[in-house]
Amino acid sequence: MNARRTRKRLLGAVAVVMVAGLVSTGCGSRVGASGPGSSSGRSCVDTSGNSVKIGFLNSLSGTMAISEKTVHDSLLLAADQINSSGGVLGKQLQIISEDGASEPTTFAEKAGKLISSDCVAAVFGGWTSASRKAMLPVFEGANSLLFYPVQYEGLEASPNIFYTGATTNQQIVPALDYLKQKGVKSLFLVGSDYVFPRTANKEIKAYANANGIEIKGEEYAPLGYTDFSTIVNKVKAAGAGAVFNTLNGDSNVAFFKEYRNAGLSPATMPVVSVSIAEEEIGGIGLDNVVGQLTAWNYYQTIDSRRNAAFVQAFKTKYGQNRVTSDPMEAAYTSLFLWKEMVGKAKSFKADDIRKAADGVSYDAPEGKVTVNGENHHIAKTALIGKVGPDGLIHAEWSSGAPIQPDPFLKTYGWAKGLTG
Amino acid sequence: MQALYSQLVAGISLGSILLLAALGLALTFGQMGVINMAHGEFIMAGSYTAFVTQRVIADAGISLLLAIPLGFLVGGLMGVLLEATLIRRMYHRPLDTLLVTWGVSLILQQAARDIFGAPNVDVRAPSWLSGSVNIGITQVPAARLFILMLAAAAVAGLSLVLKATPLGRRIRGVVQNRDLAETVGISTRSTDRLTFFIGSGLAGIAGVALTLLGSTGPTLGTSYIVDAFLVVVVGGIGQIKGSVIAAFGLGLLQATFEYSTTASIAKVMVFVVIVVFLQIRPQGIFSVRTRSLA
Repeated sequence: MNARRTRKRLLGAVAVVMVAGLVSTGCGSRVGASGPGSSSGRSCVDTSGNSVKIGFLNSLSGTMAISEKTVHDSLLLAADQINSSGGVLGKQLQIISEDGASEPTTFAEKAGKLISSDCVAAVFGGWTSASRKAMLPVFEGANSLLFYPVQYEGLEASPNIFYTGATTNQQIVPALDYLKQKGVKSLFLVGSDYVFPRTANKEIKAYANANGIEIKGEEYAPLGYTDFSTIVNKVKAAGAGAVFNTLNGDSNVAFFKEYRNAGLSPATMPVVSVSIAEEEIGGIGLDNVVGQLTAWNYYQTIDSRRNAAFVQAFKTKYGQNRVTSDPMEAAYTSLFLWKEMVGKAKSFKADDIRKAADGVSYDAPEGKVTVNGENHHIAKTALIGKVGPDGLIHAEWSSGAPIQPDPFLKTYGWAKGLTG
Repeated sequence: MQALYSQLVAGISLGSILLLAALGLALTFGQMGVINMAHGEFIMAGSYTAFVTQRVIADAGISLLLAIPLGFLVGGLMGVLLEATLIRRMYHRPLDTLLVTWGVSLILQQAARDIFGAPNVDVRAPSWLSGSVNIGITQVPAARLFILMLAAAAVAGLSLVLKATPLGRRIRGVVQNRDLAETVGISTRSTDRLTFFIGSGLAGIAGVALTLLGSTGPTLGTSYIVDAFLVVVVGGIGQIKGSVIAAFGLGLLQATFEYSTTASIAKVMVFVVIVVFLQIRPQGIFSVRTRSLA
């Protein structure tokens, strides 16, 4: 009798461990409004010596490490280049790296540590929207600065965050414009089940409604989901003109393999993805994504001297087989933008930098970018690309000029009612 | 009607994947009485075996067929190593086994990250496994058909070993009553080791097969361990036929719910069904009947 009871209790214990694991990965965004740094509003940044500390906060372990490690690499490259050309205001950068471990709560905790115990002048990093939302109160409470390098769902503008990735009107809206221009009459939306895809799809549906595009279906898969046979069945049965893909992470691999196995191809039903960059193509398998479309603001294949120098420097430092992608470029650019802001403000203080930020521009690998002082986003050029047989992405279409950031989509009539 | 057929196929296919992932676990679970949390990482090891094999032999078809026995070997040897170094010291300490194997799974994940790098790697599918096969009523992706056949072969092979060989009889004896088996002179040491070899080897095969469908990366195993665990618990401990029924049952349920609702809701509904089922039959579909008083 005893053994059976033990076993029962054990099964209970296993279930608890597993559920705890699921919960902690699934909804890590519930972080109290008071982060560790919020107790002290005064900064302890020490700029008296000939060096200044900055923090890099990326997931170097856990499920997001695959993406965030590359961002960390390009941040280190930018720091090297800045240091070897004389530093910022004559001070060498001293890097403190912390591991966010793919957990939003860890991001918040480590951000607090970087600000109040390491006393860094600014922090660079974050990837998932959940990690950014967890860090936001920490930076606002301590009045410190975060530079966030990844495209996201918009509808946010914190005075303590600079967003150097695209907001929706610089990535998703141009992608929809492109599809409309190509004569696509109906869309199927596939995304991961969390804040970014759901918000993005709300915006896509509003756009479609105003532009006479029919939405044939909308499906969400839990993060990390690996069986797409049912979803692909639904996509196939619906027969839309194109698929808009906001899946994140490993799910893309399973989705594209299933998509191809089901006999769907870019010629019959192209997929536009907003989370697949050069780095991910190798893992998905080139055969499975060749010819599919992506929407970003930077590709490794951009033909400019500035980009050639960036790609060359990156490959020299990390190996010839490495590729550069949009979030890496946005992170690289963020460090230089911070340097320009500090140079203009002649100060490392957050308040001075904020005042000086408007109009600061930098000749980035993606082209010229300019900071918008009001919403802390940057003007970027949108590029729709196609995955080529060489495993790189080649721009098919460009917005021509940098698009002014509009995180709340105020200038778009169809978006009324979305932002509340 | 077409939708019904295609969902039926999707459900059966999902069931075969669950079965392949859970089959080895059912074996080692029955023997240890505790879930081996590192089972998912043996699946991952199998996937990386397929990747390495393809690095050596470029032809995707030959390397896949070769990777199946190699994956079995790699998974099996890792299992034996784990059993010989850690698990055999704690057969009467189930909670410790749970924590220790979980720790091992974390170590193995990080090891994979250090050896192969954090990004996913690509294992190309052979050309004869891409595209679909027409089976009269509907189209089935060839890769899924292959996995279904592989799962069937694994079940048949394992049943044969358990039913018709002296080793199988010893394994069943140990699962039913370890102490009594020892008393009648069965060497539980060597039986344990072999059980672990076969169970973990099956995880390796599952890993090779899964490269056809999903991503190959350090966290591959974690996405299957929970589902595999559910199959084993629903199926009943130490029972192959229970696992078979549970795997296909859960696969069909997931596909049915997913078609009429969404993937997330379907997962929740499957969980609810499992919880209700375990309230009625806590021992699973089948249970080993013993006369032991323990």
